[in-house]
Amino acid sequence: MRDVAIIAFAQSEHRRRVDDRNEVEMLMPVVGEVLASAGMTMDDVGFTCSGSTDYLAGVAFSFVMTLDGVGPWPPIQESHVEMDGAWALYEAWVKLQLGDVDTALVYCYAKSSPGDLPMVMTRQLDPYSVAPLWPDAVSLAALQTRAAIDAGRVTVEAMAEVAARSRRDAMGNPKAQLAWDRPAADLLAEPETVAPLRRHDCPPISDGVAAVVLAAADAARGRASRPAWIRGIDHRVEPMALGLRDLTDSPSTRLAAERAGLHDGPVEVAEVHAPFTSQELILRAALGLDGDTVVNPSGGALAANPMMTAGLVRIGEVARRISDGEHRRGVAHATSGPCLQQNLVCVLEGDT
Amino acid sequence: MGRHLMGRARVAVVGVGQTQHQATRGDVSMAGLVREAAGRALDDAGMTWADIDAVVIGKAPDFFEGVMMPELYLADALGAVGKPLFRVHTAGSVGGSTALVATQLVQAGLHERVLTVAFEKQSESEAMWALSLPIPFQPPMHAGAGGYFAPHIRSYVRRAKAPDHIGILVALKDRRNALRNPYAHLHEPDITFESVQESLMLWDPIRYAETCPSSDGACAMVLGSEAVGDAAAAAGGAPAWVHGTAMRSEPTMSADRDPVLPLGQRECALDVYRQAGVTDPRRQIDCMEIYVPFSWFEPMWLENLGFAAPGEGWRLVEDGVTAMDGDLPVNMSGGVLSSNPIGASGMLRFAEAALQVRGRAGDHQVEGAGLALGHAYGGGSQFFAMWLVGAEKP
Repeated sequence: MRDVAIIAFAQSEHRRRVDDRNEVEMLMPVVGEVLASAGMTMDDVGFTCSGSTDYLAGVAFSFVMTLDGVGPWPPIQESHVEMDGAWALYEAWVKLQLGDVDTALVYCYAKSSPGDLPMVMTRQLDPYSVAPLWPDAVSLAALQTRAAIDAGRVTVEAMAEVAARSRRDAMGNPKAQLAWDRPAADLLAEPETVAPLRRHDCPPISDGVAAVVLAAADAARGRASRPAWIRGIDHRVEPMALGLRDLTDSPSTRLAAERAGLHDGPVEVAEVHAPFTSQELILRAALGLDGDTVVNPSGGALAANPMMTAGLVRIGEVARRISDGEHRRGVAHATSGPCLQQNLVCVLEGDT
Repeated sequence: MGRHLMGRARVAVVGVGQTQHQATRGDVSMAGLVREAAGRALDDAGMTWADIDAVVIGKAPDFFEGVMMPELYLADALGAVGKPLFRVHTAGSVGGSTALVATQLVQAGLHERVLTVAFEKQSESEAMWALSLPIPFQPPMHAGAGGYFAPHIRSYVRRAKAPDHIGILVALKDRRNALRNPYAHLHEPDITFESVQESLMLWDPIRYAETCPSSDGACAMVLGSEAVGDAAAAAGGAPAWVHGTAMRSEPTMSADRDPVLPLGQRECALDVYRQAGVTDPRRQIDCMEIYVPFSWFEPMWLENLGFAAPGEGWRLVEDGVTAMDGDLPVNMSGGVLSSNPIGASGMLRFAEAALQVRGRAGDHQVEGAGLALGHAYGGGSQFFAMWLVGAEKP
């Protein structure tokens, strides 16, 4: 495969409610920042790909508004996925493999605040047999967590440790929405909200955007002192129906990790897209991460969970740590669909 | 005729399938609809679900069915479990873009056999109002896509000094072509010039009979690597070979734009022709399926795609050049004017182009079609996707 690297990453400060800016106004400063960071303008971008969903924007063709803001003139090579930005990055990576363009801009965004997010997300479920029951995302995650506890794969104590560590790490992340420092033991004294989940087991609802610049081979070396090379990237899906899969495991993550060559080298850092604490534990097992790997130093989706965006943020957070020289090799993971239905794994490396 | 581009492996279309298109497919769920098309594509390719490495699906806005990111619910129905499943949405061009994203997976050498599917089940909602962007997002200047495009058409008619009956001729041709296509939504054996002319004027100069229907339907293709294409050819499967692919986008509103002759579409076409070694599209391309949701887009796009000089496209229509028996047949299947499951409409154009060069287009086959253009556009004439497919390897 052609060598392709992440050479720039930018994200907004993620907030519960951004009332004073629309999606375009939230996105433009971040696109400006990421292009400036790569030393580029739109004229230098070979391919543009974005990820978003009309269901959160509340209007059909919502991606057209943001594309107009980005400014596709003269005409550009461009595409859009109704998926998290991590999959937009995947399409851009494939495009760069073909060799006719050397750089790509990837961006994604969502404002969840205008609607009732848990209710909106029920519209993603099987429209004939499940969506009419309006089961919200927190309740579905609670079912998954209960199954994992019953299977002995997860404990509420371990979940509280994940919550405490994530929010503590988030104190060092200026973009994070939810950051605090409390011992895990204290958290367990709080009541269950949707049993067996407590408030700390759940992600915040976030408005946010993110953007990445990709570059191939020499274009990456010429524009970044330490590109974060994509050494492997793969994504896999499971059935949606909860009764058709093992909720206590993530076989699609495991398969994607194998295909991406995760274990061809040491995994120093991992950013795992786990909106719920139990999901981090399930994903760590599926990814085969041991105690040597630093997991979610940004605080992860438990610190900020902008829809359609939190997956690309995971990739950007690992890339930034590699470009900074903090780590040499790491993995980023993105998820979509109820209870970790669809998963993407991206292995990143810096030059030695 | 073409050449192999650096970094791009060859791609063959080895299976094509589509549903019966109609106003309401109340007999099937969304899963049933996509499986009808995908199952036919697999049968055509002589494959089963297990042979497929990855699935790429596209459709237009999710509000059309009221399901957010429906590919997640469709993962099982599409045989995608344990495989990569990818969802594209690029407005009306999406059926074409989806096929191109799937093509890239093979071109990049990532997969051997990719199933690509596009669908719309418009009967689940009211597309005209879904296409009328609400305040506060847009000023309420129009109702439906026709209201948006009518000013572009009026501008074309004025600039090209085109006679009023050209739109009627296009509608008449496409609806008559549809009589040869058993999958088409509209079968109107009694249609006449007068019946089109007398139909209700919806958005001047677009009459009701010059407007695409609102359809339920799906389209699917199996794309394969060179080895898969060679095996299909050896088995008599007559693959179509991809000779060129391109996508372009431009802004909705910009003082620099010309929606009658969009620069993005022009550049997109030239890119495809360059890849395929086409220097004279009018002579070298045998037939085409282009996205014509309102009749007048045929002469407009013929000009922008390089088949006629600016202001001359309508003459090809008037002279019968684009008819089934003309020397440059356009929309042999009946086109978008006869079947319009929006998200699938672009892929249907791509698939019909492939059927032509495979010699599998049935009663609407153009004899000896060797090179065919598939085209889609979307948004406010701002998103473009095209491919050229040939009977011979590039």
